[in-house]
Amino acid sequence: MFLHEVIIAGFGGQGILSAGRLIAYAGMLDGREVSFFPSYGPEMRGGTANCMVVVSEEPIASPVLNSCTALMVMNNPSLEKFESYIKKGGVLIADSSLVQQKPTRDDIKHFELPATLMASEAGNKAFSNIYLIGKLIKETGIITPESFEKALYGVLSKSKHHLIPQEMEALKAGMEY
Amino acid sequence: MGERLLMKGNEVIAEAAIRAGCRHYFGYPITPQTEIAHYMAKKMPKVGGVFLQAESEVSAINMVYGAASAGKRVMTSSSSPGISLKQEGISYASGAQLPAVVVNIMRGGPGLGGIQPSQSDYFQATKGGGHGDYRLIVLAPSSVQELYELTVDAFNLADQYRMVAMILGDGVLGQMMEVVNFRDEEPIVDADKSWAACGHGMKREHNTITSIHLDPAVLEQWNQALQKKYKTICEKEQRYELYKTDDADIIIVAYGSVARIAKNVVHVAREEGLKVGLLRPITLWPFPTKAFEQVMDKTRAFLTVEMSSGQMLEDVMLTVSGRKPVYFTGRMGGMIPRVDDIMAKIKEISAG
Amino acid sequence: MAVVFDRPHALVDIPMHYCPGCTHGITHRLVAEALDDLGIEGKTVGVSSVGCSYNNYFYFNCDMIQAAHGRAPAVATGVKRSLPDNIVFTYQGDGDLAAIGTAEIVHAAARGENITVIFINNTIYGMTSGQMAPTTLLNQVTTTTPYGRSAKNHGNPIRVCEMLATLEGPAYIERVSLHDIKHIKKAKEAVRKAFKVQMAGKGFSLVEILSTCPTNWGMDPLESLDRVKNEMLEYYPLGVFAGEDLEV
Repeated sequence: MFLHEVIIAGFGGQGILSAGRLIAYAGMLDGREVSFFPSYGPEMRGGTANCMVVVSEEPIASPVLNSCTALMVMNNPSLEKFESYIKKGGVLIADSSLVQQKPTRDDIKHFELPATLMASEAGNKAFSNIYLIGKLIKETGIITPESFEKALYGVLSKSKHHLIPQEMEALKAGMEY
Repeated sequence: MGERLLMKGNEVIAEAAIRAGCRHYFGYPITPQTEIAHYMAKKMPKVGGVFLQAESEVSAINMVYGAASAGKRVMTSSSSPGISLKQEGISYASGAQLPAVVVNIMRGGPGLGGIQPSQSDYFQATKGGGHGDYRLIVLAPSSVQELYELTVDAFNLADQYRMVAMILGDGVLGQMMEVVNFRDEEPIVDADKSWAACGHGMKREHNTITSIHLDPAVLEQWNQALQKKYKTICEKEQRYELYKTDDADIIIVAYGSVARIAKNVVHVAREEGLKVGLLRPITLWPFPTKAFEQVMDKTRAFLTVEMSSGQMLEDVMLTVSGRKPVYFTGRMGGMIPRVDDIMAKIKEISAG
Repeated sequence: MAVVFDRPHALVDIPMHYCPGCTHGITHRLVAEALDDLGIEGKTVGVSSVGCSYNNYFYFNCDMIQAAHGRAPAVATGVKRSLPDNIVFTYQGDGDLAAIGTAEIVHAAARGENITVIFINNTIYGMTSGQMAPTTLLNQVTTTTPYGRSAKNHGNPIRVCEMLATLEGPAYIERVSLHDIKHIKKAKEAVRKAFKVQMAGKGFSLVEILSTCPTNWGMDPLESLDRVKNEMLEYYPLGVFAGEDLEV
């Protein structure tokens, strides 16, 4: 069954929530059932942020996850907090420019890419989350790159549409890493 | 087919209200429902409606009282501490038989509590909340799609019965995004509002909207009329969902976002060979007693799961009336029940 | 025989419940006359408050709404925002408006809400039997200030007109008195002007009416009128506090 339960976690300001929203939006465009549940409140401002995204063939029971098929992390505390959530055989994707810690488990698939470094080398730090989404797409097939591009057009305001080709470059680089 | 959009729960409530013909919204900021006010502030001027940020929740509900008295479809929204402040106005509106929609996106209490999701305002919503013998129609959506449909229904029910209808959600529902399918046209009940205080134009006797009746005999009669109306609603408006209850040995009773988690539990339990079903009240008042009668003979036990210390539990126990054992598990303060914990409880019941 | 003095149409022909010597009856008549004279009874919605005048919806012939204690300006806001072409007024006492309803009146005034407020200041809570009001004068004895109001214990009385006049919102604010015929005539003009301000869409208008409460003051009606003149006018000076030059 096509069922992806993803937790994305890091600091506020890293694009954690927008990454989740984009995946959910793209999943909808792929014709799947989707849900997105963000952490909310003061913790978003400079503190930790996380969100839970489900993309599924079937109607989604709960948007609140106690376990996940994939975890995407952009800081050490998030890895500590959510590592145990990953289902056996599940996927961990870490931004290795910020996450120095290694997972303690050996029953999961662990991928690293220096997303923040890659983004700043490419000239736009705000796209670090996109590199990670690229890697997630490659390793799980949660959404199609085509729908992701459409999602960017759907979610971003018109004034930011000129950046979308760059973002798609970032996605591609993440997929190919 | 209407529009299919990925939207946040709170925004969907606001959009649904506008689609239902609500052109008056009065509110005050409080997490986790403030996006309703943001959406209204943006959209109302574009549809010729009124958005007003009141000086307090107390004022907001009284502005609702005024607009409802004038015969308009009107809404306010808040979260737990703010809903406590609105209780005075809700009681007055109930006494004066005014239709209005009040949204409570619950957070943990008591007091200022926290901002994470909770269901600890169940008593307040279903047992009165303010002073006097009155009820609200309480609708408990469990998805973004239902937030939309039940908000539209809330306006219709409020108008039809001349009473306050409440959407009782929580932080999960308010903050989450899901796909919502909007209808091209809403089913809007065209209710008689000849009672409204909107200026008689020298063409009729003057109308009065009031909740005060100092003669106890008159006040008792007034109350009897209210109770008669409430009885009709209990008979006609119960709503619920039964999910895999036909062969269930244990039936989980849960509403709102917790019912979503409970559905996961049903799946996990059945994978492990345990016959578990879900009874989901959609109307919390009237409490769906008919749902229990449907499954009473077939099941072995009920397990109520809530984000509270066990408030709906009391209604479940009243309804079951000792005919079957009723168990409870829940979390408080903004903690969300985990599938594992509910499964553990189910195994304990099965073994016992 | 020609009728030279009749009941205004906007006032229902039934006996009022007010005490002998109470000036509520006069104020009701002034409001009703204004509705008649301006031809607005049919499009007026009045908001009653909590206090002795809680049930003046029996007396006014226009559509009426009874509001919770202090909330009349919020209720009136809801009505006016729903029916911007109608005329909306509140009728509130000093406890209702200046104690429990302070937030509502201040913010309705600050928004310049296009409503008219008839504010009765008789320096006491009448309905609940003579407790201290926010307008109770220093040294005045009430059932909750049995040794007289003291600035130290109870604070000083609130001058509502002066306070609200510091805001940008109000279009017209005036304080009047009912202690003699001359002043009643001036009060009549003020009430009429307040409604005309609303009809012209100018914004928030309020008329504070210095009134009597013989029962709770422990005075006869004439002594009460003397008290207004001799004690209240000194602390609550009459005059226009906003919109003096406003022509409507």
